[in-house]
Order: sequence, then structure tokens, then C-alpha cells
Amino acid sequence: MSSALLAPPVDLGAAVALSCRECGHRVALGPFYACTECFGPLEVAYEFASSGEDLRELITAGPQSIWRYAPLLPVPAHVIDTPNTNPGCTKLVKADRLAAELGMRTLWVKDDSGNPTHSFKDRVVAVALAAARELGFSVLACPSTGNLANAVAAAAARAGIRSVVLIPSNLERQKILTTAAYGGTLVAVEGNYDDVNRLAGEIAGEQDDWAFVNVNVRPYYAEGSKTLGYEVAEQLGWRLPRQVVIPVASGSQLTKVDKAFGELIKLGLVDESDYRIYGAQATGCNPVATAFKNGSDVIRPVRPDTIAKSLAIGNPADGPYVVDVARRTGGAVEDVTDDEVVDGIKLLARTEGIFAETAGGVTIAVLRKLLATGQLDPDAETVVFNTGDGLKTLDAIADSVGPTATIIPTLDAFEKAGLA
Amino acid sequence: MSSAVTVRVPTILRTYTGGSSTVTADGATVGEVIDNLESAHPGIRARVVDETGALRRFVNIYLDDEDIRFGEGLASQVAAGATVSIIPAVAGG
Repeated sequence: MSSALLAPPVDLGAAVALSCRECGHRVALGPFYACTECFGPLEVAYEFASSGEDLRELITAGPQSIWRYAPLLPVPAHVIDTPNTNPGCTKLVKADRLAAELGMRTLWVKDDSGNPTHSFKDRVVAVALAAARELGFSVLACPSTGNLANAVAAAAARAGIRSVVLIPSNLERQKILTTAAYGGTLVAVEGNYDDVNRLAGEIAGEQDDWAFVNVNVRPYYAEGSKTLGYEVAEQLGWRLPRQVVIPVASGSQLTKVDKAFGELIKLGLVDESDYRIYGAQATGCNPVATAFKNGSDVIRPVRPDTIAKSLAIGNPADGPYVVDVARRTGGAVEDVTDDEVVDGIKLLARTEGIFAETAGGVTIAVLRKLLATGQLDPDAETVVFNTGDGLKTLDAIADSVGPTATIIPTLDAFEKAGLA
Repeated sequence: MSSAVTVRVPTILRTYTGGSSTVTADGATVGEVIDNLESAHPGIRARVVDETGALRRFVNIYLDDEDIRFGEGLASQVAAGATVSIIPAVAGG
């Protein structure tokens, strides 16, 4: 290895290089995402400066945002002083009523709808923005299924830079409006997400000063999902849960939560303990669940057809790693129908007062299916992730919920309707 | 019968094409196009397919607008004038 790799020209904290997850080939920190040797995904490699009690004190003294974990992220130390949406530190809700309904002993919901644009994407975008600034980019861009579109448009507005967001033209109206409101460039593409993603990859090859958060700065962006794992462990009192259920679109979040748990153990922030990671997909877009069930590690792409549009990635790049993690930890990848997704949204709302978007409905429905099929232990402490807000996917439940009764404004009508 | 097609080359493979983002190649199937590409740009084939000749799992190849994994993979028939795009797999969300 050359010394140039050890002395990066940019300040990205403890990050020292990019390393290929497939073949281990290393390159210097920069706007690279695919290995020049094998096309495998590049991942951030670190040399962490502190560990154990020192690191724990540093974190607990940090801000109430993902930046408390800055020593574990590819960001400069001064990141908290730069304008950004400061996401993270969302609630970990003890879900006793949902647990009772499902016959479980201890269940938590990590409710990431509490982020600034109401999904976990604010985490990854904040890290991508910090890296993009260090790498000298002037535009923040992305292809998106909606949540990322919101997060990129908002983060760019806060930072005072241009955003360019590409979305499938058939996206939920709520997600289109909640992106357009921030005033960046919003391009509706006539195609599905995989078409949009492919176009973004081609544009990224031509526009040198555009940081496509999930394309050319993806190695940094993806690291933002580690903060979900760190937070869960810290909120549980610096220990790992026994079981975690995470929705799978590209598969990045699930693999990064696994990476976070591994780092916490290695750095002595939590005791080593076994954990199982489960992936959740919709049956209308289940290439990873299919590969898991078939015993394969090759993901065969599908054409998505599901109401869970934020998970509708038919050709998920991190799918093979999701399968690896589920198998290694003793978890599973399961899928549920759209009807089950709607039931999952309503179940979580009814029992815990949390209104999830369709991805959260997928996760709750998969939790229920894993319990019913004996794949998940009802007596082991479990954390499920709600990654987005139900207000973004109102269409999903529009046909199945509504007023209990519609009456004229008289007490008589109220009593006759049997509402007292 | 072999056909002349346009091949779109991703940034990380342009070291093999002298910086060109598009090149032309011949072949009756996508696999033959890749083989033909190798003769003009030595080294490029091994970046796209593995030792067994299978498409690497983080490489996507599109024949016009269709992912070849939806078709016959590297055996997919190529018509004259088609565009073959080689694109690294990226996630998203």
C-alpha cells in the first residue's frame, strides 16, 4: 500500500481509504463507488482514534444528533458547525401493546419518522453532504423513491447549494409535493425507480461537480445508516438487542446496521452478544427474500409491483450482502403482500400511536409472519425499524380507514349513531 | 450474423477506451459484443465477466433499455444498431 493511501488529501475524520467489499482492493478517499478491478461496491475503511470508555464519554457528551457519532463516521470534526439538518436521536419506543398483541415479551420500535424530513434518509444525506463538501462538489443530487428526494432537497436548501432530484413520475403525490416545496430542481422521469437509478448513474458519469448522494458519493452516504445501529445500542443502555427487523430496498441500511453492531463490539462499547438480523420486503418486490429462500446469493432482478414504493427497488445492489448477514446471524428475509402491509400499518397505529409509511407496514407485517412461522423468537428482545412517516403514503390506507360515522351536528344524531 | 452496435462505457472502464464514453463493437449476442470489445480494448472483458465467463454480480448490462438479466443474459441476441450500456450496480432509495 502506498503512503498516499494513508494520508488522504481530504479531512473525513477517521476514514482512511475506500475498500472494495468484494475483492478488498483499496483506493484513496474520493468520489468513487465501484471497484476498478471487479465493479464491487466500495466501502469506507477507518482507523478509529479512540475506543472503549474514552469513546463512550466522547459520544455521550456529544450533540443530540447523529453527530455524537462523528468519530465513527466519514465526516470532518467540524461537521456540527456547518449548516445541515442535524438528524438522528429519534425515539426508541417500548411497544408493550404491540408486543402483547403479537404474543412477544419485549419489543421496541425505532421510530425514525421523527427525523427532519420524516424518514431515515436524513441520516445518510447528512453524511453524504458533509463528504460532498469535503470532496469539493457544488450540487447535491439523487435518484429517489421519495424519502431520499425529500431529504436531499431539504439538506441542499439548508446548506444553500443546488439540488437535482430525479423521481419516477408515478410517485405518491405527497412525496412529490414534499420535495418540490424546497425549491430545487425536481425531474419526474417516465419510468420506474430502476430506470431512474440507471439514468442517474449515466448522468453522474458526465457531471463532474454533481454529488449524487447514492451514486458517486454512496460509500459515505451509506455509512449514515450505521447511526441507526449506534443509537439503538446506546438507547438500550449500551447493549445490542437479540433480534432486529429492518426493511430492505437496496439492502444498504440492513448491512450498515450489522456493520455498526460489529464496530460497537470491536471498539468495546457493548459486550459481545449474538444478534439476529431479519430483512423485510413486499412480495411485489422481493428479489432478496427470494434469493434467501432459494439458498442463492445471486439476486435476480424483478419488476416491482407493490404499494411499498420506498422499497420498490427491483435490482437491489446490496441484496447479496443482506442475504449474507441474515444467514450469518441466523436471521431471515421474508416478504408480505400489500394487504398485509396495510394491516401492518393499521396494527402499529392502533397499538402504539405510530403512523408508519408503507415500509414500516412491511416491517410490522414481516414481524408478524416471522412469529407465525417460528422464524423469530417471541421471548427474545426485538427491535423493529419504522423508517418513515405515514403522511407520505396516505394513498395506501385511503380505501381502508375513514370516519367512524358521519352525522349532522346534533346531540340526538350523535346518540343515535351509537357513539357515546 | 454479427451486428455493429454502440457500447456505452462507464467512467471506471474508460481507461481501456482511451477516455471514450461510447465505442462501437460487433457481435450477434451481448457475450460476443463483450468478446469483440476485448480485442479492441484488451483487459476490459475481465472487468465485466468473472473467471467462469459469468457476468459479475455488480455489473449491470442493458441492451437498449432492457436489463439483460430479464432476457437471456450474455446470450441475449443483439440487433444491428442496438445500444449496449455497461453500468455499475448502485443502490438507492
